[in-house]
Amino acid sequence: MSIRFTCPHCGIRPLEEWVYGEAYSVPDSILDPDERDVDRAYMHNNTEGPVREAWFHLYGCRRWVYMTRDTRIDRML
Amino acid sequence: MNEFMEAKVALEWHDLKPAYDVVIVGGGGHGLSTAYHLATRHGITKVAVLERSYIGGGNSGRNTTVIRANYGIPEAVRFYQRSVDLFERLEEETGRWMMHATKGILWLIHTEAGIRQERARAAVNRAFGAETDFVTPEEIKRIVPEIDLDAGGGPYPVLGGSYHVKGATARHDRVNWALAEGAMKHGVHIHQRTEATGLQRSAGRVVGVETDRGPVSAGVVVSAVGGHVTRLASMAGVRLPIRTHPLQAFVTNHYARSFHPIVASTDLLFYASQTARGEMLLGAEIDRQPSYSYRSGFEFLSSCAHRAMTLLPFLADLRILRQWTGVCDMSPDYSPIMGYTGVDGFLVTTGWGTWGFKAIPVGGEQMAELIATGSVPDLIAPFALDRFARDRTMADRGSAGTH
Repeated sequence: MSIRFTCPHCGIRPLEEWVYGEAYSVPDSILDPDERDVDRAYMHNNTEGPVREAWFHLYGCRRWVYMTRDTRIDRML
Repeated sequence: MNEFMEAKVALEWHDLKPAYDVVIVGGGGHGLSTAYHLATRHGITKVAVLERSYIGGGNSGRNTTVIRANYGIPEAVRFYQRSVDLFERLEEETGRWMMHATKGILWLIHTEAGIRQERARAAVNRAFGAETDFVTPEEIKRIVPEIDLDAGGGPYPVLGGSYHVKGATARHDRVNWALAEGAMKHGVHIHQRTEATGLQRSAGRVVGVETDRGPVSAGVVVSAVGGHVTRLASMAGVRLPIRTHPLQAFVTNHYARSFHPIVASTDLLFYASQTARGEMLLGAEIDRQPSYSYRSGFEFLSSCAHRAMTLLPFLADLRILRQWTGVCDMSPDYSPIMGYTGVDGFLVTTGWGTWGFKAIPVGGEQMAELIATGSVPDLIAPFALDRFARDRTMADRGSAGTH
C-alpha cells in the first residue's frame, strides 16, 4: 500500500508525485566545527520512529512541504 | 530456524554466559561468518553471537543471493573477488551443500555512455582479478536467447553489456546455517531471541552488552547488525553515515525452461535470475525514502515487472507468486564500512546496503583477522569508517545495481 500524503495545497496525493527531501540535524553535542561539517555532509540520525522531514511535490504544486512520518511503519502521521 | 531444520543441522544451544572474549551483535551472515572465521582460523572460541530473532532472519534471509565481483573500483573488485573465491570453496570446507551455482552475470547497457562504462568496468575487473568481458548484442543473444534486443522498440535497445563469468547464486539460508553450525562445532555460542538493549561503557571503552537476558561483558563488541545499527552505534557514541531503506523483491511461478545467467540492467533498473525451483526472481531499486518497514507495495511490483518485460518478454506469461522486503543500510558511497569506530572495544561491519550477501565469507574472514591480530587487513583498510572524515570515500554507486 502506498503512503498517503496530505498536501496542504493539493489534498491527498500518491507517493509517485513526491521527491524525498531528507531531514538533517547535527547533534548539539558535537562542538568542533570540522566535526560538525563532516556530520552535516555524511552522517544521519536514521531515526526509528516519527521524523519531521521535507518532501517536494514535483508533480503537483511544486512546493516544499514539511511532514512527519513514522519510519517504523512508513506512514504519514 | 524451525524445528525441522534444527534437526537437520547440528546446532547446539547454550545458556548465556556472563563474559566472552568477543560478543557479536547480529546473527546474520556477517555476524555468523565473523564468528566462524574467529573460531576456525584464529582459535578464538569464547565468542557469542547475539540475535534478537532467529539466525538469518533479517537481510541474510531476504536478499536475492547474487554472488559477484564486477565492481567499478579496484578496492571493491579485489575485496569481492576474494569473496567469490571463498564462496566456491565454502561447501567443501563446511561439508554442507549450499546450492552454489556459477551462472554468469550479464550486465546490459542501452546508451553510448553505458558502453564506455561497461568497457571500463571490464578493464578494471580484469586488472584486479575478476573475469569480466565486454559483449556485443549478438553475443548477448547467444547467452540469453529469450532477450528482446530492441526492448520492445522503446528507448532502451540493448547496445552491449559486460559478462561477468564467475557470477553465481547460493541458497542464503544454507549459507547462514552452515556457518552457524561450523562456528558452534568449534565452541562458539549463538544465542537466538537475545536482544542487545544497550552497551556497557567504562572509561570511554565499550566493555559489554546489556541484553534482555542479562548483561554480558566482552573483550570486544562487534556490531554486525543490519537495519538497526545506527541505534546500537549511538549507544557507543558513534555516528554512522547510514540510512536504512527498504528493498523489495518478488518471485514468479516456475518457468518451465532453464534460464541460466543472471541478467541485470542499470538503465532499466531491474535484475532477474532463476531460482533452483525454477521461479524467476526479480528485484530492482531501493525505496526512495528511508524506513524500517517490511511492507511490500503494488507500485514496485507493477513498475519492476513492466521494466523487466521490455527485455524479457516471456515474463509476461508468468504470475507473481510472492513478494517480500528487507531493509538495507545504505552508505553514502555505496561501499561497506568495516573495522574500528574510534571507540575502543567497539567494531562495526555495516553499510552492507544491497551488496551484503555476496561478501559474507570475505567480510567475516577479514573482520576475524582484524579482531585476532589487532591490525587492519589491507583488503578492508579502504573501507574504514574514518574515510568520510578523511574525504576518501569509495564511490561505487554504478556497481550496486539497485539504484
